[in-house]
Amino acid sequence: MTLQFANVLVFLGVGALFIFVNLLISSLIRPSKYSEEKLIPYECGENPVGSPWIKFNIRFYVFALIFIIFDVEVAFLLPWAVVFKDLGWIAFIEGLIFIAILVVGLAYVWAKGDLQWVRPEERHQ
Amino acid sequence: MEYLREVLTRQVGGYDQLPEVLQIFLPMLLACLLCLGLVALIPLIAIWAERKVSAHMQDRLGPMRVGGWHGWAQTIADGVKLLLKEDIIPAQADRLLFKLAPLVVFAGGFAAFVVLPFGESFIVSDLNIGVLYIAAISSLGVVGIIMAGWASNNKYALFGGMRAAAQIVSYEIPTVLAILTVVIPVGSLSMQEIVKAQSGSVFNWFIFQPVTFLAFWIVFLGTLAEVNRTPFDIPEAESELVAGYHTEYSGMRFAFFFLAEYANMFLVSALATTLFLGGWHGPGFLPGPVWFILKAMALVFVQMWLRWTLPRLRVDQLMHVSWKVLLPIAFVLVLAAGTLALI
Repeated sequence: MTLQFANVLVFLGVGALFIFVNLLISSLIRPSKYSEEKLIPYECGENPVGSPWIKFNIRFYVFALIFIIFDVEVAFLLPWAVVFKDLGWIAFIEGLIFIAILVVGLAYVWAKGDLQWVRPEERHQ
Repeated sequence: MEYLREVLTRQVGGYDQLPEVLQIFLPMLLACLLCLGLVALIPLIAIWAERKVSAHMQDRLGPMRVGGWHGWAQTIADGVKLLLKEDIIPAQADRLLFKLAPLVVFAGGFAAFVVLPFGESFIVSDLNIGVLYIAAISSLGVVGIIMAGWASNNKYALFGGMRAAAQIVSYEIPTVLAILTVVIPVGSLSMQEIVKAQSGSVFNWFIFQPVTFLAFWIVFLGTLAEVNRTPFDIPEAESELVAGYHTEYSGMRFAFFFLAEYANMFLVSALATTLFLGGWHGPGFLPGPVWFILKAMALVFVQMWLRWTLPRLRVDQLMHVSWKVLLPIAFVLVLAAGTLALI
């Protein structure tokens, strides 16, 4: 069993090695004539104004939070689905309760308007 | 894997006299290199095919010159060109993350090939958590995409990276829930078990059963969004974000993002093939691996077809589809699959 997972390590290692070797070959044959202009971040020819590392839209953060809740749920449902047929109706009812709790959460977020990219109250301002 | 070890023992003289570590390790390495060859070869064909498909859909010819017959060597020429390109890292970029990002994106997609069942004995390793593994390791790509977007010190790249992250995490949930509708009747997460559950006639394939038929479309849409293909390609929307998270990448580092994108297209198509289209099952006149690759490539073709047919969604529409349409449907499907498995 553990040996099966050794395959994963071999794949990750060979994948990294593949990239490394290719970059090495490329670094040996490519030209490298750098100038200051070449190293400016690309903004369609304009000189960039200010730092790009800005405060981004809070919506990304909200979606990440909702995602974590549902992703944990899915992680719990996977083993549930595997033993589903062995456990029968008990598993079904327990799964139903579990999903119902999370659907309440989804309904709450939905009603709050957090599932919309632009929340209704923000739009009115 | 076991098959490969058997072949090595039978064909290579003195193989069973090697130290045990090598006996175990060599087939692993060989299987890995075979997959690497596949990962390099499939994008080579798919990129050329996409250019031809797009061209013919727009009444053009596409690449016609390099290599003679319909420009078949165009991708190879492009690859050589990228190998010769200067490698530019913007002045104030976060150099470590910038260099690490293509590695994470590529290695994550590549490692998922471990559990792809190409045939009855053609699978690197039939992990008993195959489906969970593939869902977990293929979402490693998001980390790489955020790293690329953040490290580039470029506004377009940061926007592309953030959008990609929001989109991929949103679509992952309905996708995995829809996959559960297959796991419930099979009772296993192993990819081979899922394929074997669809043996017999064509109508045993999960796509021809009512609940899983709907689940197939959710998985197809969800994975389409996860590999950032049109109509879900806002992370790299050319008309507003230049090239999204890989705007600042050039040369070989860009090539790896490109390679990973096409490898991932094949990967998600192969996943859908395994789960819903009967995997390597097919009429006997072709061997299993050929059927598997043909089915996966057919789905890749559908992805290309969609790209040249549909316009791009807006961010708010994208979120709407995932959270308010696909997610409730996926919940209902899981419960329906459960009820069907019990009665």
